[in-house]
Amino acid sequence: MATLKRTPEEMRFILVTDVGSTTTKARFFSNESGEWRFVVAGEAPTTVEAPYEDVTMGVQNAVREVEELTGHKILMPDGSGIIVPHEGDSGVDLYCTTSSAGGGLQMMVGGFIKRITAESANRAALGAGAIVMDVFAEDDGRPPYRKIRRIRSLRPDMILVAGGTDGGDRTHVIQLIELIKASDPKPRLGVSYHLPLVYAGNKDVRSNVKDLLSENFALEIVDNLRPVLEVENTEPARRAVHELFMEHVMSHAPGYPRLMKWTAVDIMPTPAGEGMAIQLIADTFKKNTIGVGLGGATTNVYSVVDGRFVRSVSANLGMSYSVCNVMKEAGIHNIIRWLPFDRDEEDIGKRLSNKMIRPTTIPQTLEELIIEHSVAREALRLGLVHHKSIATRLKGAKLGEAFLRDSIFDQELEETYIDMLRLEVIAGTGGLLSHAPDRIQSMMIITDAWQPEGVTWMFQDSVFMMPHLGVLSTVYRDAAWNIFDKDCLVRLGTCIAPRGTASIGSNIMKISWQTPDGIDYEETVKAGEIKRIKLSEGVEVDATIEPARGMDIGAEPGQTLETKVMGGIGGIILDGRGRPLQLPDEAEKRMSLLREWLSAVEMYPEELISRIY
Amino acid sequence: MVDVMESDKSSEEAFAYTPGLKVKRSMTVTKERRLPLLGNILVKEGDTVSYDDIVAETEVPGDPELVKVTSILGVDVDEVYDFLFKREGDKVQAGEVLGQYKMFFGLINREVTSPIDGEIESISKLTGQVILRPDPIPVDVNAYIPGKIVGIMPREGVTIETQAAFIQGILGLGGEAHGELRIVVDTPDEELTADRISEEDKGYILIGGSLITLEAFKRAVEIGAAGLVAGGMNYTDVTSIMGEAIGVAITGHEELGTTLIITEGFGKMNMSNRTFSLLKSFEGRVAAINGATQIRAGVLRPEIIIPHKEEQGAEEELTAGMTSGTPVRIIREPNFGVIGAVVRLPVELQRVESGSKVRVLVVRLDDGTEVTVPRANVEIIEE
Repeated sequence: MATLKRTPEEMRFILVTDVGSTTTKARFFSNESGEWRFVVAGEAPTTVEAPYEDVTMGVQNAVREVEELTGHKILMPDGSGIIVPHEGDSGVDLYCTTSSAGGGLQMMVGGFIKRITAESANRAALGAGAIVMDVFAEDDGRPPYRKIRRIRSLRPDMILVAGGTDGGDRTHVIQLIELIKASDPKPRLGVSYHLPLVYAGNKDVRSNVKDLLSENFALEIVDNLRPVLEVENTEPARRAVHELFMEHVMSHAPGYPRLMKWTAVDIMPTPAGEGMAIQLIADTFKKNTIGVGLGGATTNVYSVVDGRFVRSVSANLGMSYSVCNVMKEAGIHNIIRWLPFDRDEEDIGKRLSNKMIRPTTIPQTLEELIIEHSVAREALRLGLVHHKSIATRLKGAKLGEAFLRDSIFDQELEETYIDMLRLEVIAGTGGLLSHAPDRIQSMMIITDAWQPEGVTWMFQDSVFMMPHLGVLSTVYRDAAWNIFDKDCLVRLGTCIAPRGTASIGSNIMKISWQTPDGIDYEETVKAGEIKRIKLSEGVEVDATIEPARGMDIGAEPGQTLETKVMGGIGGIILDGRGRPLQLPDEAEKRMSLLREWLSAVEMYPEELISRIY
Repeated sequence: MVDVMESDKSSEEAFAYTPGLKVKRSMTVTKERRLPLLGNILVKEGDTVSYDDIVAETEVPGDPELVKVTSILGVDVDEVYDFLFKREGDKVQAGEVLGQYKMFFGLINREVTSPIDGEIESISKLTGQVILRPDPIPVDVNAYIPGKIVGIMPREGVTIETQAAFIQGILGLGGEAHGELRIVVDTPDEELTADRISEEDKGYILIGGSLITLEAFKRAVEIGAAGLVAGGMNYTDVTSIMGEAIGVAITGHEELGTTLIITEGFGKMNMSNRTFSLLKSFEGRVAAINGATQIRAGVLRPEIIIPHKEEQGAEEELTAGMTSGTPVRIIREPNFGVIGAVVRLPVELQRVESGSKVRVLVVRLDDGTEVTVPRANVEIIEE
């Protein structure tokens, strides 16, 4: 790894790439005008697979596109890397990259008790940007021989093991370690090196762990991630995972040893970069935030609630490689329910399976686009369900008195703390959302899928550079934020949706505000309807929202809320369709209602969509 | 369909984003045959091998069994050794008594027995767990294709080379097989139906046209055909064969009895004329096939390898560029499956019906009409 050639203050040009599973995306930034801005993007197919088997080729192809578009020379003429630092019209002052090529970082995690230490280990691995292949625990219901078979067949890049609080159980933790040793798992990228293993369990058995595992594993011992039941300390484990990822995993992937020499900072797994970007949003607006990266292969959901950051990855929910898995998990009927036109299951099954086997194709017709948008809603819905299962209160911890006052029995408590009414910001990224022909489409896809409640500000990545800015923020936060704010973060607008249901046609909320030029505005929303009000990007207004009795907009049911509403490309969505949103079972009624809603928010061009009906 | 944003500018060449499927009459096919673990290589460089010849062998250790002696006998960890009859390295048989705990003149009598045939690998002094390892399982790797051994990876595997026709499909089910090629339809638009398969097709690889029906697959398995190849299959039939819907395209491990390969896509899809006529010209030859497909990491496609001695064509190029005249197949609606040739590659982005502004190309179809298609929605036909 190189070191920084210039201090952040002296830098003028920055190049960041993301080596994705399909495409390598280069983003070029400069501060020529006195502030850091995004200049141009270059993309090329990733070259991690045969016949190329060298990621630096894809990186060079993507950077070459940047060179052609800007006339700025970046690549060394002999192909040996990136010119650093810049001199006149050539070179950049910083180059860094994220990567998810070749399947990203694939991990297996284990703990003593499934819902306590194994669950914390799972969160730590996910937070580090890993895809978790399996979570095993003493009480996971599988007999040892089945666990062993599973561990042996998976071939992960790394294992993270927790178990026991400090000073707590020793025997079961050692049994778990013995089981791992007996399984003798082999790393994914070759048989000739030791599999990295992070131990973050009871500190009293560290010497036993060392005796049992140090010969056959690249062992790293870190602080216990559940030192006591009431505390979850994932940071040391997360850091160790990152270090081992660079040292042991990346160095065995095709072309990465070369790429590692080009970069000034450690290569970061793409989801870790994306997660940092979402944290940056939460941190800047000081609001509870949930974000999503809807990719071709996976769906990553990130939440920051009351300062706690959690990431989930649904490894097989995506819009290209995994599109059939969305169909399988959601059921075709759930994809069809979002279509405003009549198509049978065989037809949808055929189209989506053909997309899976030719994953890089894009919708050319509006009909195909609408079908993909229906799949996206289901991928997002399932991704959120999964996220809620990860974003849970700490199990095993003693509950506070306030908790117990409201709930006599532990079991009555909601498992997840993700409450749509308490989430104030939603941000989306990933190919389908970033490339939607009209931004209102991505705003509505997320609204339908996640059903935000109360008042929710909505943002989107403009041209897919959240991972880039995430990794950049580790070196140069100010530059990253400026680009983020000015060029990356598109303000879609605000969704206002009261929680609760009411009989169709009855008034459910009244909203009023004054526009910046002094015009008073008032709107009433009826149950079952959705309205789109134009309010430009960059405009924020103070609004008064009066929900009907029983409806909750964030200030207790029936209580008026005074709040700031943010304008955007999509404007304000006044969503009176009810929470939870219900679609009629009968196909004709459902399609007719969908058409009404699509038309109300102008989601697709009316003259084109009417031809498909 | 496309916003007309006329432009005279055309790029000379573009790099295809979707790798084309190979349909080659003659090329040097190289296959690595690797052991799952280190082992013995049974051939040497320069040897000639055939389909079923074993080229390498190893023994895979069996899955261990863990026996919690302390809880079964009701003894402490530090007492485990005292109550066990067996020691590390001892061979044991399933049901054999490993240890015993007797008290009160036999009134309390607990025994721990071995759940498997194998060997005691370790007895833990920390937990009292006994780890038993069953006898190793022998694993052989065959040649899969006939040819010459051109490389040896010591203890890991070998590389085999042969001269062959090489055809990639788009998706397959089932693993490696070989058999004589038999064409059971007259034209590439005819379906491969059950009534075209007879008892005499046992061991053959049967080539159809547009669609493999579910009944044809069942019949093929019944009579023992080695493989079925055609343009497409219905999505619901694939679900029925797999027993569940396909989630991600990672296949090859299914044990179906007959390997399936589709060359074009899901649904009724005519096999491309080139593929059909190439297969037809080799009717009667023995071919090796493999349905294994992995579209994400690895981009592994199913394959048909027909070894022969014909002369090889031009060397394969590593980067496939697209230029005026390049034959392409449209791989997305509308015109899915249609074949044509590139006419122009406009530089500017164009707005297509979906509203997206994308890079496009103009394709002349076989019937002479010209259509504009996003570049991402074509694949080069590799000749």
